[in-house]
Amino acid sequence: MSFSKVNAVIVGAGAGGGIVAKELALAGLSVVLLERGDWPRYDEHNDDELYSQRTPALGNPFGPDNRRHRRVVVNPHGSTRIVLPSEGDYSNNAGCIGGGTASYGAMAWRFMPQDFRLLSTYGEVTDSTLEDWPISYDDLEPYYEKAEYEIGVAGDYTNNPFCGPRKRPFPMPAFPYNKEGRRIAEAETRMGLHPFPIPMLRNSVPYHGRPACIHMRSCVGFACPVNAKAGTHNTVLPIALATGNCQLRTGCVAAEIIVDDGGHARGVRYFDSDSRAREQPADLVIVSASATETARLLLNSKSRLFPNGAGNNNDWVGRNLQGHCYVGACGLIEEEVYEEAGPGATVGISDFNHGNPGLVGGGMLANEFIDLPYRFCNVRPPGEARWGKAHKDFQRRYYKHLVRVIGPFQEIPNFSARVSVDPAVKDAWGIPVCRLSGTRHPYDLQGGEFLSEKAEAIIKETGATRVWRNGPSLWLSGGQHQAGTCRMGHDPKTSVTNRFGQVHQIDNLFIADGSLHVTNGGFNPVLTIMALAYWVSDHIKTGWKGSKF
Amino acid sequence: MKPTNSEAASAAKPARVSRRTMLKLAAVGTLGAAVGVGASAGITHWGRTAPPPCRFFSEAEARLLTAICEQVIPRDDTPGATDAGVIYYIDRQISGPLARHQRNYRLGLASFRKTCLQVYKTAFEELAFEQQTDALRLIEAGQAPEELWSGLSQQAFFDLVLDHTRQGFYGSPRHGGNRDYASYRMLGLAYPNLIGRNRHANGRPI
Repeated sequence: MSFSKVNAVIVGAGAGGGIVAKELALAGLSVVLLERGDWPRYDEHNDDELYSQRTPALGNPFGPDNRRHRRVVVNPHGSTRIVLPSEGDYSNNAGCIGGGTASYGAMAWRFMPQDFRLLSTYGEVTDSTLEDWPISYDDLEPYYEKAEYEIGVAGDYTNNPFCGPRKRPFPMPAFPYNKEGRRIAEAETRMGLHPFPIPMLRNSVPYHGRPACIHMRSCVGFACPVNAKAGTHNTVLPIALATGNCQLRTGCVAAEIIVDDGGHARGVRYFDSDSRAREQPADLVIVSASATETARLLLNSKSRLFPNGAGNNNDWVGRNLQGHCYVGACGLIEEEVYEEAGPGATVGISDFNHGNPGLVGGGMLANEFIDLPYRFCNVRPPGEARWGKAHKDFQRRYYKHLVRVIGPFQEIPNFSARVSVDPAVKDAWGIPVCRLSGTRHPYDLQGGEFLSEKAEAIIKETGATRVWRNGPSLWLSGGQHQAGTCRMGHDPKTSVTNRFGQVHQIDNLFIADGSLHVTNGGFNPVLTIMALAYWVSDHIKTGWKGSKF
Repeated sequence: MKPTNSEAASAAKPARVSRRTMLKLAAVGTLGAAVGVGASAGITHWGRTAPPPCRFFSEAEARLLTAICEQVIPRDDTPGATDAGVIYYIDRQISGPLARHQRNYRLGLASFRKTCLQVYKTAFEELAFEQQTDALRLIEAGQAPEELWSGLSQQAFFDLVLDHTRQGFYGSPRHGGNRDYASYRMLGLAYPNLIGRNRHANGRPI
């Protein structure tokens, strides 16, 4: 069954799609927003560690479910296996209204100016697809600011000499350091580093009609019970819906972007919440389904001019999958530093994001979110017993005595780390599923070692008695920070979209999510995804001619 | 979350443990403790109420798995896996969201039993606590007789039980384990997490 035509159909109501929906609906376009999940409901989400998006032992509370979704993972030695959404190798983010922003830790980093021009700053890296972005920090700066003010960020960069120029301060004051954060900040200051409060998409004071944070220990991986954590579900989406121009359809799984024989997008074919096949015709199609699912949707959209999937005539869709190579160090400290005050990550440094001798890129370092007791079972020095009385003793003795610094080393993109669609395995709707293959670039091992050594030095300086490092691995990276699979660029031969997220050769098909990232910064990527969504929306609004683009 | 995994349907028919059998089990455990063999199998914290029957595990499987879990998180001056009801967590979850592991439990527990009978000439539950520890180390290291483990590696089985025991011990009591928030008491964490009660302002308790 087909609906009457609208101006824009958007796939995915997460960080990117929620913003595009609001921007276009406010500009007067008629919008249909398709979301495979539903509104997160607080009565389903309490403080249950086994049903949290961070440790989904019993399933993903914020979707997708294990019953209808599958992926295929190709192991480094070539064998394949089918994985469920709650298993780590699925590389899940979320499947609900708000996407990852409903349950994230909410760090609100801007990338640094150098992050947009890694190639010209550092030169080529062998066997990589390292490239500059087609846009600069300055291009994106007003949109970062818009995200900080509209979604709401608490922060203070007074003590951060490394950030790019900003025109306005943060709209909310920063959160104070917790006890662990104070120990780490003192150590960093003694070492001549520059600690500052982590910017957060979380209310430090009442903002936009929502209250201030109440510091639940169960924060990251959970929805906020008082709505102090800002996502698209509780900020821009309500505005979009209030315009009357945006219709949100939940439980809707996109199967294909319809591309006609002339190379124009005509709408989206999808399955509704009763699994009925539907079509939504539209003047514009915007895909904001995350780096893995956006690539899958494009690859599953075959047409006369694009027999290998929409925008994929040069085989770049799904390539360069990257997340972050997380590394760090832990230490056990005599003093009880645990505080019953979530989410726990409070202090960061940007000293090692760039300018590291002999190294391409780098990453920020920050103290970590509170680990609830089950997750803490894996916080152990090498060689420590995993079970028995020794396990119990460690839990009892050290749960409240952990100091830890971790950070995302900026990955070097490579062509073989990729999303393709599996030739055989399909989901519950008969749609070919994501097939994830490849590894990280070997360079990430070198960079990760460097960053974890820096973390180790900080932890030692805190006075911790027993210190160990968590080093890098080559394991394919995706997950919540997934990015890069439909990169923007000037050259259609080596990119999927132009600098405005417009797919090369399909002028009414846009992408607005982490897929666009050429490189992924040494930071959590969500604020950049939000800024890009505003940037793409602005371009659409500017070029909008009333019925076509 | 509702149990949804289609593998649930293909699993072996659940063998229920009768109330009478579990009472016997409890008695065996108490006896074991009394003669100093170890408290591992003691299901003794149920008061006057009989422990609920298992949905998936047979009585023999439940007895063996209970003893293994107690090794993973033993009772000392604070409760262990048996006290916390870890077996009921595992039993309930593999009848639901974790149904994909049913086959591995069936295979793994059978191989585990055979391993102990061959290496120690005694059932695992009847070994002294220290011997049980040795047996489990053997399997954790993958050094038990290889021919007894087909279709599932001994390390994979160990890791599965290890992970599920931790889940049952530290997870929310609503899933069947962590009875009376035993692990949260042990760690000195406020429980349950009450909105508006254990709240803080700017990182400091109010």
